[in-house]
Amino acid sequence: MGSFVLLDVGRPAEIEATVDHQGVWVDPEDIEATLGWELKPEGLCKDAMCIPVTGHHGFARDGVIQLQALADVPGRPLALSLEESVAYLGPPLDLYQRTVGELVAPEFALPDSEGRLHLLSEYRGSKVLLTAWASW
Amino acid sequence: MYEELRNDGLVVITVAVDRADDARPWIEKATPTHPSLIDEEHHLGELYNMVNVPTVVWIDEEGRIARPNDVAFTTEKGGRYAAVSTHEQMDLLRGWVREELPPKPASVLHGQVAPMSTDSQLARAHFGLGWWLHQAGTEDAAERHFRIGGDLAPDDFMIRRGTMRYRGSDPFGPEFRHMVNDWLALGHTYYLPLPVE
Repeated sequence: MGSFVLLDVGRPAEIEATVDHQGVWVDPEDIEATLGWELKPEGLCKDAMCIPVTGHHGFARDGVIQLQALADVPGRPLALSLEESVAYLGPPLDLYQRTVGELVAPEFALPDSEGRLHLLSEYRGSKVLLTAWASW
Repeated sequence: MYEELRNDGLVVITVAVDRADDARPWIEKATPTHPSLIDEEHHLGELYNMVNVPTVVWIDEEGRIARPNDVAFTTEKGGRYAAVSTHEQMDLLRGWVREELPPKPASVLHGQVAPMSTDSQLARAHFGLGWWLHQAGTEDAAERHFRIGGDLAPDDFMIRRGTMRYRGSDPFGPEFRHMVNDWLALGHTYYLPLPVE
């Protein structure tokens, strides 16, 4: 196994992984530590939710888990760079439907120009005009 | 322009979906009193399904979306890209903040929320990867993933235009103009106005 960087919605985590022609194989204990999921007999579990992993072909072998299959279970988009040993795992695909789709503004945590983090929820109780802009 | 509405309790949050170094001079020049945030990793794209700037969303006191993504400029000239004029948008905003307008029924708002495709979210993951690779200095790899992102989601100009400076292009130059003209020639619009209610 070599070192691999997993960007969990941008947050970098160094994990141990093996890269071969079938994909990227990771240690379940690393996944537990970085993504907060736990591999139990019931399946891949987080909080009170367990997603069965039976029927996912090529999910696990010899005590390691395939990263792509792991992303598919909670429905998270995965962008892989095998050459650079780094991958970006996006938010679950159903998050948008569960938030914006239900007219709920999703929470975010973003820094100001001085690096201080602001959460949308800090402004609960006020009407908010959220404006995205750019220098481009 | 928003000062009067701030007195009525409106909080304006601006988010630069941009490299911090590119956004900071603008923020410092404006010396804003409202939260001016920076979103280098395009999380607003991931969460709110934004694909271009400027985009505005109205959020009420309970954290619910009162008006989904719309293009909104502060000038009347820019207003031609929206379904309503800038003047009308400001009237609507004022009416909402001062609670002089009845709230829109949820059924109307649901109809105005654009769906998000699997490809567009995968494109954003490739952007996120490309951004990390760019910061690590591995520009060839970054270019590969920015390109994949742009191919998966050709409507996502946060990716296609937002990455131009990282890839040695001018987002206001001829390459950008060609990009837009090609896009328009396919029958698309560059901005996505909220449909008129």
